Amino acid sequence: MTLFVVMSFGAAAIWLAVVTVVCVAVRSQRRVVAEPAASRIILWGGAVFPTVTLFALLTYAFWLMPTLRPSPTFRDATDLRVEVTGRQYWWQVVYFHRGLKIAAANEIRLPVGRRIEFSLKSDDVIHSFWIPSLGGKMDMIPGRENRLSLMAQRTGVFRGACTEFCGTSHAFMSLTAVTMEPEAFDAWLASQAKASINVAGEGRALFLRHGCGSCHRVAGTQATGAAGPDLSHLGSRQMLAAGIVANTEDNIAGFIANPGAIKPGAAMPAFSMLAPQDIRAIAAWLKGLR
Amino acid sequence: MRLLPREIETFWTLFTGPAIWAGHFLICYASAAIFCAKPALLGMEFNSLRLGIAFVTVVALVAIALSAFLAWRQWGFGAHDPPHDDPTRHDRLLFQGFATLLLAGLSFVAVLMTALPVIFVSECLR
Repeated sequence: MTLFVVMSFGAAAIWLAVVTVVCVAVRSQRRVVAEPAASRIILWGGAVFPTVTLFALLTYAFWLMPTLRPSPTFRDATDLRVEVTGRQYWWQVVYFHRGLKIAAANEIRLPVGRRIEFSLKSDDVIHSFWIPSLGGKMDMIPGRENRLSLMAQRTGVFRGACTEFCGTSHAFMSLTAVTMEPEAFDAWLASQAKASINVAGEGRALFLRHGCGSCHRVAGTQATGAAGPDLSHLGSRQMLAAGIVANTEDNIAGFIANPGAIKPGAAMPAFSMLAPQDIRAIAAWLKGLR
Repeated sequence: MRLLPREIETFWTLFTGPAIWAGHFLICYASAAIFCAKPALLGMEFNSLRLGIAFVTVVALVAIALSAFLAWRQWGFGAHDPPHDDPTRHDRLLFQGFATLLLAGLSFVAVLMTALPVIFVSECLR
């Protein structure tokens, strides 16, 4: 922002100066400038001034640069790194915090006023990570780890999106970014590190019996699958299916019965053969995982 | 022995400044890239890289300044005004000197700008 303001004022000042010179030149068209004077104008106005100005602007931009990216010293100072892995068509999110590894999916929470380092990866094809309200985008390339640093300025809920075509449901691959006060964030992160208090609900047995756990992980149960999104605290997320539909019990049940209806090309098979009351029970249990 | 070389009548002196600029750019770019991508290969601190780049920069600037002085001399120390566009040997010599002087000025600034980031960037992300 500061850079933008400074550059804009600088550009405006230079534009005004150039236009003034043009006006003066047009008005005094009959007056001939002596050659030495003309040479001096060219030397100072055409060479020295642009060089000095460009040098100053370049120096200023370089001076700002270290604050725009995470540095090793910065990494030591903060104890949070967020690893986001692009998958067709969802986001695997892992918070690395004081030796803990806290898994989540499709929703990212950030503390306001802290610069957070993101490690961006991909497991299948090229994706691109972009939360426009928080910063620029960065590609997620299989076999590479790209770094991005973001700092939220105010609390709120922001939408992010995959901005590199990644397949059938590319357009249905969004992301919710929730920015919180640092204290609230710390409390939230601590709660995420533990299993949900409702993990003993009645849908749990059905969830495990129907094999959901071979693809999805739910902390505090035998479900440890890693092929699909981590569902340990699914109920606390704002959106479902990577930012596509509201996170309601009905939508969860609908997604279990036929994921392709909400997300064409999703790897999860339809579970429409399950009894409707079983699906409802699983959905109610998942919604309760807060 | 002469301190300064005799006036050399070749077209190639024109490119002394830009050639030094190109060499300086390559050295800075390659050393920073290798330092960041293969830490074990160079095995030095970032400040050593900075010092190295500073040294190369000073050498490049001195070389460019020298070429600028030679060009200034070839131009007759500004005794003649441009444009040197007569089809004579004398004018061609002056023109080349003047053009070399301007290119040396450009290269001088370019070398400074190439080296500038290393003052502000204090490490590389690995």
